[in-house]
Amino acid sequence: MYDIAVVGGGPAGLSAAVQARARGKSVVVIGGDARDNALYKTRRIDNYLGFYGVAGPELLERFEAHAREMGVERRNGRVLNILPMGTEFYLAVGSEVEQARAVVLATGVVQAGKLPGEAEHLGAGVSYCATCDGMLYRNKEVVVIGRAADAPHEANYLREIGCRVTYVSPRPPEGLRPDIPYVQAGKLRVLGDRAVEAVQADSVTLPCEGVFILRPSMAPAELLPGLELEGNYIRVDRNMAASVPGVFAAGDCTGQPLQVSKAVGEGQVAGHRAAEYVDTLIQTG
Amino acid sequence: MALIHLTEEAFDKATASGLSMVDFWASWCGPCKMLSPVIDGLARKYEGRVLVGKVNTDDQPGLAMRFGVMSIPTVVFLKDGKEIDRKVGVMPEAAYTAVLDANL
Repeated sequence: MYDIAVVGGGPAGLSAAVQARARGKSVVVIGGDARDNALYKTRRIDNYLGFYGVAGPELLERFEAHAREMGVERRNGRVLNILPMGTEFYLAVGSEVEQARAVVLATGVVQAGKLPGEAEHLGAGVSYCATCDGMLYRNKEVVVIGRAADAPHEANYLREIGCRVTYVSPRPPEGLRPDIPYVQAGKLRVLGDRAVEAVQADSVTLPCEGVFILRPSMAPAELLPGLELEGNYIRVDRNMAASVPGVFAAGDCTGQPLQVSKAVGEGQVAGHRAAEYVDTLIQTG
Repeated sequence: MALIHLTEEAFDKATASGLSMVDFWASWCGPCKMLSPVIDGLARKYEGRVLVGKVNTDDQPGLAMRFGVMSIPTVVFLKDGKEIDRKVGVMPEAAYTAVLDANL
């Protein structure tokens, strides 16, 4: 059990983690592939104080090194669900579960909406977790919709356990097994009467029983049912506290401006307040 | 006997009468592990009133197929052996108690 679990390894998450460590709390940062980070994709930044003209990947590496130096633990993976249980939280990460007393959400910019047909087929062929549901599709046709940098690895896993996989993404994937057919397509739709029957990928129809939609992170409202939003962003107060007690949020997931300084500043507040929250929990026993 | 691990052979007899709640899960599924204490708690809370069972989809693929379980965890509610509702994915305890209380 950690004092604080931070969901997301960008500037806001790492800033929150560093701040919580500075207050003596045990912290784990759970995040996906660094290549999915908005900062990693930024070539040059001119408005982060003291770092004129810095490259995004370099700044991110400095933030990560700082967090490591402070004793922040790191766990790679996609958080699928967060469940409040009394005075603690359970976080499902692939096939594992982490526990923490407080949570900081720093999941980055909110994903564009769901695919047509996605919500209707949830639990009827649409899945967000290859590790969880892969075995239910052995010897069956599945489509992997790869929107995260590590999605090819999950597609390979599905192939290895015996699923008949087709991989669909807007750009050619890196690290996909050569025996997995790849379809380049941007406009997607999940088809099927009750259960999934196919994926429409641009002009091609791919018959399948399962669709694994692998995004860099889950949308906040799906991560934690009951979390209040404002438009697509997580509703927070000046303490970066979200609507669920013990949950804080920082960075792009709370709203504009989508800038590194703002993310780092909000992360600092969220980490500080999360640490205070944990202190209060411990004091009240 | 608060919580029963159901097999294909035992399933129909166990759920034939009254209200049942069955959690389909597997060991490689983090969300299933997370839901497990919630299910355990419900088994205690509704002891004697609801049959609370678990089906390991790895050991019992036939049951998973029969109920069309395509994503885990899936919790299926049955009344006198017939499915009346299901919840896919991890939900707070209140989502399950709402179905149970409405059907008791």
